[in-house]
Amino acid sequence: MRPLLAQTRVELAVTLRNGESLLVTLGVPIGTLVFFTLVDVLPTDGDAVDFLTPGVLALAMLSTAFANLAIATGFDRSYGVLKRLGSTPLGRGRLVAAKTLATVTLLALQAAVLVPIALGLGWRPDVETAPLLVAIGLGTVSFCGLAMLLAGRLSAMVTLATANAVFVSLLVLSGMVVPLDRLPSVLSWTSRALPSTALTEAFHGSLDHSGSVPARVWPVLALWALGTTALAVNAFRWDPDH
Amino acid sequence: MSAIEVSGLTMRYGDVVAVDGLSFTAEAGHVTCVLGRNGAGKTSTIEALEGLRRPTSGRLSVVGFEPHRDHAALVLRIGVMLQEGGISPAVRVGEIVRCTAALYPAAVDVAELLDQMGLSALQRRTYRQLSGGEQRRVALALALVGRPQVAFLDEPTAAVDPEGRQVIRRIIADLRADGVAVLLTTHDLAEAERIADRVVIIHEGGLVAQGTVEELTSQAGRGDELRFGAPSGLDTAALSAYLGGWDRAPVTEVAWGEYRVGAGATPELIYALTTWLAYYDLPLGDVRTRGRSLEEAFLQLTGARSGRPEVLPPQPARPRAPALEPERERERLELTYDPSWDWDR
Repeated sequence: MRPLLAQTRVELAVTLRNGESLLVTLGVPIGTLVFFTLVDVLPTDGDAVDFLTPGVLALAMLSTAFANLAIATGFDRSYGVLKRLGSTPLGRGRLVAAKTLATVTLLALQAAVLVPIALGLGWRPDVETAPLLVAIGLGTVSFCGLAMLLAGRLSAMVTLATANAVFVSLLVLSGMVVPLDRLPSVLSWTSRALPSTALTEAFHGSLDHSGSVPARVWPVLALWALGTTALAVNAFRWDPDH
Repeated sequence: MSAIEVSGLTMRYGDVVAVDGLSFTAEAGHVTCVLGRNGAGKTSTIEALEGLRRPTSGRLSVVGFEPHRDHAALVLRIGVMLQEGGISPAVRVGEIVRCTAALYPAAVDVAELLDQMGLSALQRRTYRQLSGGEQRRVALALALVGRPQVAFLDEPTAAVDPEGRQVIRRIIADLRADGVAVLLTTHDLAEAERIADRVVIIHEGGLVAQGTVEELTSQAGRGDELRFGAPSGLDTAALSAYLGGWDRAPVTEVAWGEYRVGAGATPELIYALTTWLAYYDLPLGDVRTRGRSLEEAFLQLTGARSGRPEVLPPQPARPRAPALEPERERERLELTYDPSWDWDR
């Protein structure tokens, strides 16, 4: 337990000390939420904050469990951090556990910052706990799997560029900020196959007053969670040179 | 039983054979230096010993464990210092050393270790704020924090300033005194000569030599030489003949006005050389003598040329000093030599 907690602390300290990761994990979601709530440019019906908050929470998860994790792990690998840890008693299992624990802690931190801001802006959710928690679990696993798939194979710089490109594309395409029905129909249908879209729809279903989680999001999330994890486990290389 | 035993190790990546039937041993309480050029198979061998790679064939034993199979038991007993450091630039010195200490059941006292490494004052600094030498010391601290029985140190003194080198050398000496088996790699052969008890030279995946520095440098003892500076274009064949013949004292002009005599620098040789030069009224630049260095032994054993050929055939001499019949010349010089001559006059 002591090694796990020590490693988790270092993972968190490094992330919180890193300006870029704070910008991506807190700056972007807070900025998006506040800006689009106060500036009425989004084509939404009703209160902007009610539409935005579930999407921004999904966006926060995407930033932490995917973008930040991919970039941090990619650099860890290129600096040889993973290789060095491979010759200590930490072991791969505890390293993955430490990264998971650090990611979950960051997610909690994001929620602790974003939810009060949204409430302050007038957000009044109607929480359905069970589907919300399942969605958070499946979404986190899908994003982490995708992050590890990139970071475990590509060089640090390519991981950085790819993670940022994917992050921005998903932000725009997943109905987080721009409503899905405003996208061209081809895009909006393809978009429904994305884990980020499924997560956003699940958040809307479990947090909005009207409606519930559409059943189609569960197979999408489950398939992404299983698929990316299986691929990442097979593709991941600990050594920067291979 | 040796602390490290490698026998018939072969490492193959696809069609590439990185290590080919390598065998050597390293003892507890000894500093063993693994030398080899880039691509010789050093890293593959060491990573196999650390259990990070599975050998294609052969037997490995590190303090009695088979590294890949017994990885969990092994990692408690080894310390690894990677060439690339393996440390995130944003992490603080104190933080990473303490975290690494928490991974081991019987870690050393962190404050004491930092003090010993001269890192106490740098605890709050992040790794990226450190100089190259300080970074190497942090990497070394991480390798030693778990009280290893075997320390694998990859280029511990690369890019380290002279003061930092002193610290690192002292720590390696302490490890040795504590009975730790230290296996280190370096490209700095002078450094290896200074700190290694034993040297293992690997070339193209196989062992070419192992032994103490003395054993390696005295092997094939063509290393003794005397170098001197004199005007370019001396008749080296004549000088060589005068000094005792090409077989015993070959003379070559290895660079413009820089000569090498391939013989042990005995007083007789130096006397004969200066006499010959004095006879022709030629100035003498610096004279240096030395035995063969580890570097030369290494280059010879790994089949390399050092850039300056070791022995050149006699060059056609430019007629500067008259080529005289050597035996007669020597006689004349001996006749003119007066032992009662007052050199200080």
